[in-house]
Amino acid sequence: MYRYDKYDQAMVDARVEEFRDQARRRIEGHLTDDQFKPLRLKNGLYLQLHAYMLRVAIPYGTFDSRQMRKLAHIARTYDRGYGHFTTRQNIQYNWIKLEEAADLLGELATVEMHAIQTSGESVRNISADQYAGAAADEIIDPRPWCEMIRQMTTFMPEFSYLPRKFKIAVIASKVDRAALRWHDFALRIVKNDAGEIGFEVYAGGGMGRTPFIAFKIRDFLPTDQIFSYLQAVLRVWNRNARRDNIHKQRMKILVHELGEEEFARQVEEEFQHFLTLATDFPQAEYDRIAAYFAPPPFEQGLSDEIDRSDPEFALWVDRQTVAHKAPGYAIANISLKPIGGIPGDISADQMDLVADLAERYSFDEIRATHAQNLVLPHVRKQDLYAVWQALTEAGLADVNLDLVTDIIACPGLDYCSLANARSIPLAQKIAERFADRQRQQDLGELKIKISGCINACGHHHAGNIGILGVDKKGSESYQLLLGGSGDEETSQAKITGPGFDENGIVDAIERTVERYRAIREPGERFIDTYRRVGMDQFKEAIYG
Amino acid sequence: MKILTGNDLKTGSVVWWDGQGWSIYVDDAVDVGDAADGIMAREEAACRVNNPYAIDGEKTADGVRPAHIKDRVRAYGPTVRPDLTLKPADPEAGNWVI
Repeated sequence: MYRYDKYDQAMVDARVEEFRDQARRRIEGHLTDDQFKPLRLKNGLYLQLHAYMLRVAIPYGTFDSRQMRKLAHIARTYDRGYGHFTTRQNIQYNWIKLEEAADLLGELATVEMHAIQTSGESVRNISADQYAGAAADEIIDPRPWCEMIRQMTTFMPEFSYLPRKFKIAVIASKVDRAALRWHDFALRIVKNDAGEIGFEVYAGGGMGRTPFIAFKIRDFLPTDQIFSYLQAVLRVWNRNARRDNIHKQRMKILVHELGEEEFARQVEEEFQHFLTLATDFPQAEYDRIAAYFAPPPFEQGLSDEIDRSDPEFALWVDRQTVAHKAPGYAIANISLKPIGGIPGDISADQMDLVADLAERYSFDEIRATHAQNLVLPHVRKQDLYAVWQALTEAGLADVNLDLVTDIIACPGLDYCSLANARSIPLAQKIAERFADRQRQQDLGELKIKISGCINACGHHHAGNIGILGVDKKGSESYQLLLGGSGDEETSQAKITGPGFDENGIVDAIERTVERYRAIREPGERFIDTYRRVGMDQFKEAIYG
Repeated sequence: MKILTGNDLKTGSVVWWDGQGWSIYVDDAVDVGDAADGIMAREEAACRVNNPYAIDGEKTADGVRPAHIKDRVRAYGPTVRPDLTLKPADPEAGNWVI
């Protein structure tokens, strides 16, 4: 993985000291809240319901044991013993004190981490396929491009005061594990007929109160023109965005208002201009960055056999591991969705355990997923049993990847100042309702996503079953949506009808799921059945 | 009753105006009547509180209860982590929140 050079380290260290001074001036009264708020947000520090919340960047979801141990230390020292993995492959802490925040950032900097651009009107953490560099189905590791885009878009003056946040994702396989088309700007690495590697480019996606699925703006962009193209996109948006209305500032709104064709025309014009400036990276720079992501020294001649004599272990292997590109290795998914637990939450002790496992069994690599789980990307198949035993002991061996209890949920009204309704208790109730493991397995892939408000941090628009919490005359109410997807056949979920209270929505989901079970055809996932029969079949089951 | 709430500037803790200063316990909140704007301006200027605002509340036999669910959650703590609330040993402590 990428390691800071002296310039990276100097920038991050300087940023810590700059923030230390800003926080001091705020505490001493030299800065008002209005003056300080944009400064703290540029460093990932929010003020939430109960305390300050700090969001720490995990670039493209890749980190190592040293960093995970530091995150555990921070959880113990500055927070209340736990952290929360987010839908942007980041981690956030819920109980931070302003007077300690600079010290915390200083500790992060010692392990090449920071919270820069995890909030505010900036290019946010670049997300990627959590299996990058390990997946059997990828063309090439997408992370060197993620890293180069990260470097390009960090502190770039023209793009430091964007109209709104800007989210980028990069993948390199046909299967989309990163919700590509729900991003403002997205790249899928492809090979053309001549065998050259380039980008399929998407623009204008996003969730929030006005969801749009990104459109394909380019079939094939040579990789060495990506900086010019991305700058062109950002400039067209930056220049034309509706800065008068916070709800219309995202790039997706501009694309919608201009129309895809006109937006693409303006981007192309700007792109041609950027090409003349020769701002794209030279091959030597790609080679330098790519070297950090060279495959680890996989052992040769390993067996693909796994001893499945322990039936519990066999179940875990079947559900939680994924094919690896190297023979004898597997990708191991760690569920952060225990039945009745809080999706994405992990204790400091569990963080340390995952760090130990990564160091011992996965070439020191860990991945955070946008579905709020973790991954050990490179585990020898012969080590899977030892990994599973350790995870079991730590309460991290749930068998539910992509099943009905693998629920994405935002922090909701339990933590978030924007939320209208609680998300987590709902996720807990649904998980408890469907806790029976055989039932989960029988239902197969079924992605439930819960947001506590229209900002959609819980990705409800992309849920096979989505839930949106709303405020109904001071009480929590929940709308049910069906048919969303964040995969390569991206679709937007639609509202079924009138909303429900907390118990009613759980019953409605059960009726939905049972209707699916009754009408599915062999091999059909929930989303397949929905696409085949449409909404009415389910509405009838839900509302009678 | 009108009560005042905000977050402690240094720690971020939820606080309630108790007539003399800021308390972390909602039951200490007092009715500020029409004096909210003056108190908030003075306290914010003195950097004792961040982002204060006035809300409706009710004085019940069990204590002061904010009218809106969001402020009740602020007063109690995350409903999914009772161990992190101000009364972690009392399983009944949050019965009024939802």
